[in-house]
Amino acid sequence: MSEAVPTNGATPLLEFRRVNTHYGAVHILKDVDLAIYPGELVCLLGGNASGKSTTLKTLLGMVTPTSGEVVLDGEVVNDKPTSYRVINGVTMVPENRRLFKRLSVKENLQLGAYLRNDKGGIAEDLERIYELFPRVRERLSQKSGTLSGGEQQMVAIGRALMSRPRVLLMDEPSMGLAPALVQQNFELIQQIHSEGVAIFMVEQNANMALSIADRGWVLQTGRVVLDDTAEALMANPELRASYLGEG
Amino acid sequence: MSTHSLTTKSARRLAAVDRFLTFIRVFLVALIVIGLLAFIWQQIDADNPFARWRNPDARGLTGDQFKGLLISGLSQGSMYGLIALGYSMVYGVLGFINFAHGEVFMVGAMTGFIASEKFQANGMWEQNFILCLLLIILMAILFSTFTAVLMERVAYRPLRNSPRLIPLITSIGVSFFIQNFVLGLFGPASKSYPRLPEWLSKQRSILTFEIAGTRLLVLVVAAVSMVVLWYVVERTKTGKAMRAVAEDKEIAALMGIDVNRTIVTTFAVGGAMAGVGGILWGLMFRSVTHMTGFLPGVKAFTAAVVGGIGNLGGAMAGGISLGSAESIAPMVILEPLGVPGVSQLKDAVAFTVLVLVLLFKPSGLFGERLSAEDRA
Repeated sequence: MSEAVPTNGATPLLEFRRVNTHYGAVHILKDVDLAIYPGELVCLLGGNASGKSTTLKTLLGMVTPTSGEVVLDGEVVNDKPTSYRVINGVTMVPENRRLFKRLSVKENLQLGAYLRNDKGGIAEDLERIYELFPRVRERLSQKSGTLSGGEQQMVAIGRALMSRPRVLLMDEPSMGLAPALVQQNFELIQQIHSEGVAIFMVEQNANMALSIADRGWVLQTGRVVLDDTAEALMANPELRASYLGEG
Repeated sequence: MSTHSLTTKSARRLAAVDRFLTFIRVFLVALIVIGLLAFIWQQIDADNPFARWRNPDARGLTGDQFKGLLISGLSQGSMYGLIALGYSMVYGVLGFINFAHGEVFMVGAMTGFIASEKFQANGMWEQNFILCLLLIILMAILFSTFTAVLMERVAYRPLRNSPRLIPLITSIGVSFFIQNFVLGLFGPASKSYPRLPEWLSKQRSILTFEIAGTRLLVLVVAAVSMVVLWYVVERTKTGKAMRAVAEDKEIAALMGIDVNRTIVTTFAVGGAMAGVGGILWGLMFRSVTHMTGFLPGVKAFTAAVVGGIGNLGGAMAGGISLGSAESIAPMVILEPLGVPGVSQLKDAVAFTVLVLVLLFKPSGLFGERLSAEDRA
């Protein structure tokens, strides 16, 4: 199943080895294997209740697997808290952005760097984010709840970048955005990717996601049913029928 | 047909409730307006027909009396505010009212009594009062913080994921436990703080305000504590983490914030403020028992709701407005109306303020209206 892995011999940055999770008695993820290599852009597709969110939560340590291993840089991190993974370069842009609405834009960005202590580096990164999103600079002291959807998306991505991630998990990045912003958002993701950050994207918008991704997985009721390059997935008749709205 | 009659019945009941609430609104507003008008008339002409009818003995207030009421209201109110902060902060972070917070305040007052008695016995109280004051404040902060953190650990953390009603009821239990624990340790007799040294407690005149030194001390210490708290919450990394946790625990954890530790910090900071409030209470009213925490606690909770619960500036403003209202309103609104025994009606006034705020602005004076999404 792993013929699609592009990097020969390199250690994956983040990996699932036969991971199973339960919520109470409900079996969510079933023997899931995933591997994200440094600098990749990969996507996870799946319908509602297929286990996409649980996958993200497990990667971040908000859900502990009942069996199997979550591996970060070759180290099993099942029992390590979320903060350990954040320090080691894993972070997420949550679904619907989830900014701290009552805090200012600047405070939101600073919280992204909560675990860092290098003042100089933080200031540098803030500057970088203002360059990436000039609109954000104009709104620094505004409460983030007052921003428009597109601006909130910028702050959410900026907040995630403030932890200097090596891999950025994105939960439904185009959800709730105006159609015009979706394209812009995908271009942004590619730009961040081009700076060397690996991206793991969970998306309903399979067409768009596959058009920029290197590889992808398809999750169905907690099981990985397809694991291939983006081109191959695009061409897969089964997938076209069920996710790309052709049939 | 039965569902039909059921809906009309409940609609009729709703209408009745609405009419009742409107009646209370109109009644209270009318009471305040008439009281104020009667007060103004009385100030202009003490022998006017309304005053002759309602309250022939009233002589109105002199400017100095009014300033006196204002000062006592402000100092009392700033104590309510200090306690209210604890209610508001815990509500902000965990979404329930910690009714045992009044006991945290009482522990502070009690600690202050024990320490100040020792200081008085060895003569330090008179010789170096400022040092003693700092020491008792420090000790009260220490013990109150310890009490608050302990109750979070023992009583509330195990209930973190249960419905909000359960920690709320637990907090009533914790409150009784602490009251009786202190009763068992120190007995039921009222304990009195040593007198403040004369140089501090004497009357002084500031900007034409005649103010007792004790009240001045209360106002200064309360203001300093407030500024420190504001700095911690708004300007430090810990404060930012507290506000983030109050808003969204899951995302705060995603930022790498230790949510449990932040909740403990919140209880600790609220406890420290209550400790300072306890000392001020002891210095001003001088008598402390195991029940000291009850009424100030309930008043401070009222203040937090009046200001808009979850909002720190609101808690402080709520405390000060409540203190001022209960000090001024009896003389200004109730006496001209001929209500007997107005000086006994402080508590009634305080809770009427609560009713008024809930009727006219349920989210509190400074509360933001919660969107449906926030409430969920």
